[in-house]
Amino acid sequence: MSRALTIRDLPREERFAPGHRMCQGCGAAILMRHITKALPKDTIIVQATGCVEVTTTLYPETSWMNPWLHIAFENAAAGASGVEAAIKVLKKKGQLPPGKEVRVVAIGGDGGTFDIGIQALSGMLERGHDILYIVYDNEAYMNTGIQRSGATPFGAWTTTTPVGKVWHGEWRRKKDIIGIALAHRVPYVATVNPAYLPDLYAKVSKAMSIKGPKLIHAFSPCVPGWRYEPALTITIAKMAVQTGMWINYEIENGVLNVTTPVPKRKPVREYLKLQGRFRHLTDEEINTIQKFVDEQVAYINKLAGKEVIGPVEA
Amino acid sequence: MRKSFISGNIAIAEGAITAGMRFFAGYPITPASDIMEYLAERLPEIGGVVTQFEDEIASINAVVGASWAGVKSMTATSGPGFSLMLEALGLAVITETPLVVVDVMRAGPSTGVPTKTSQSDVMQVRYGAHGDYVIPVFAPWSAQEAYDLTIKAFNVAESLRTPVILLSDAVIAHLWESVLLAEPGEVEVINRKKPSSPPDEYLPYKPDNDLVPPMATFGEGYNVIVESLIHDERGFYRQDREAYRNLVKRIVNKVLSRVDSLFEVEAYYGDDYKYLLVSFGSTARSALAAARILRKSGIKASLLRLKTLSPLKLETLRKYCDEAEKIFVVENNMGKLVHDVERAAENDKVISLPLLDLEIPEPKDIVEGVRKWL
Repeated sequence: MSRALTIRDLPREERFAPGHRMCQGCGAAILMRHITKALPKDTIIVQATGCVEVTTTLYPETSWMNPWLHIAFENAAAGASGVEAAIKVLKKKGQLPPGKEVRVVAIGGDGGTFDIGIQALSGMLERGHDILYIVYDNEAYMNTGIQRSGATPFGAWTTTTPVGKVWHGEWRRKKDIIGIALAHRVPYVATVNPAYLPDLYAKVSKAMSIKGPKLIHAFSPCVPGWRYEPALTITIAKMAVQTGMWINYEIENGVLNVTTPVPKRKPVREYLKLQGRFRHLTDEEINTIQKFVDEQVAYINKLAGKEVIGPVEA
Repeated sequence: MRKSFISGNIAIAEGAITAGMRFFAGYPITPASDIMEYLAERLPEIGGVVTQFEDEIASINAVVGASWAGVKSMTATSGPGFSLMLEALGLAVITETPLVVVDVMRAGPSTGVPTKTSQSDVMQVRYGAHGDYVIPVFAPWSAQEAYDLTIKAFNVAESLRTPVILLSDAVIAHLWESVLLAEPGEVEVINRKKPSSPPDEYLPYKPDNDLVPPMATFGEGYNVIVESLIHDERGFYRQDREAYRNLVKRIVNKVLSRVDSLFEVEAYYGDDYKYLLVSFGSTARSALAAARILRKSGIKASLLRLKTLSPLKLETLRKYCDEAEKIFVVENNMGKLVHDVERAAENDKVISLPLLDLEIPEPKDIVEGVRKWL
């Protein structure tokens, strides 16, 4: 194996133009900038409605240097399936040179993927289209004003899981989107995080080299939705990994590889206290979240066959 | 009554609470989301439930379910979400399920301009689902009316056992005005009719003389069958012409026969007019200002504002149109309500003024549009 990638190994060429209307410190903006670096130029991007779509394509500007297709909210995976199938047919009929590599990537937010888009996603994964689906997960419907989604974590405040006498933020747990993808027996799934860009670049590149349906789940801190100062995006993204709230890993043909091992974890409190959306949490609720994380870490370690994520340091 | 300074969206939420709504299912969509957000805080305090579903299809179907469980229920959305709800809207029609759907219109087609206003869902809300039916549609022009018409929407839904649409738009949604909110007992609240016959004699779709069957919900001791196929009075699937005609005619006529109480208009600047502006919703605010400007310059213009877009009472419209030399249908779309006005008036008198604005149309645009024809 060659040496690990560093940020200097990433292409200097920008494929995601600045000047978009995303918020200062937007995690998704960092993700898009570096995802596009890893995509071949002949890649068609199919984008669901969401923050990234709205803020990157305001007339007369666009941030996208790839061919780019905006589709409705629930159907990025279905639209991408159509594009991919059409390319296949065009090649078969000799309209496209057989050697011409045209790739398809679908991008959606957590709402457009975990909730309303899951039917289309399941269809795409099941039919086996050669598509990389990337979900940028900011853990709520941020574009419409911070309503909870199936990706909102336990305890988080949103406008539809308010904090008051009756409710105390979200009381359900986040859906396991990787588990859902794996249930379709896909060849490659991975998680990426904007604080670990060489890892992200390597995973997107690898996904593009694999035939068949792939899913990448991207951690996407959101300044207005998570209630923190814009300067803290990377701090929070890093802290998510250091506390085990987020684990960077990939599963290729059933084999799990944790790409960011954490020998000693920090308590989840360190992650939660950076964000206003968790400010109401009681010690008991924080302990519950710690328990959820401990369970997930134990599960990942079991799959890895060794302790890649360590215990919480005292 | 108490006075409160609230937005149109909050007025809809408050109107629903006054009318007795205790179950809200929804999915985020601009510019309707704050109805759900407001209710997420308010409803749990008074024993109600707000559930956010995974999409609009699930939301309206949950509302159908909740209504059959005996609770007044509502969902709120905008054009794209409404499109997803159309199948279940037809289900609510044939199963005669009382419910209210709020459509806060935004510019389309498709994602359109989510944050900007429009009145282009006029056809979708009335005719979007397949099959034969008439759904009552009310269109408020102020926060107060958003409150009042939401209560009316529930009363109609409950008394006629039908889905009812409240057709608002992005301007009304975010318009803050003083609204008089009713205390319990201060406004009429109608609840669905319950069966009086013993359970073994109950036929779930046998109408009374008013064409509306009493509605037993789950858990009340009656055999309830909720059937989306064409059914007879027992609720059993029938594929013969007689049962089909009976059912479809009845669900259409139970609404049409109430057109007198359902159809409401308001006229401004009295009987003495030569030119009649016809408008509804937020655009009517500009049309009223336009009529005022025209009057000041000596042109006898009046405004007729429709509060109900379905069912329409053409005789009423005709009465107003007959007095006018020219009729201008002012709407923020490519011209939709104009087709109905053309049916009511002599065709050559009716002029369409489609504004297709993303903001509330400016009165001067309407004045200019009218002047061209004088």
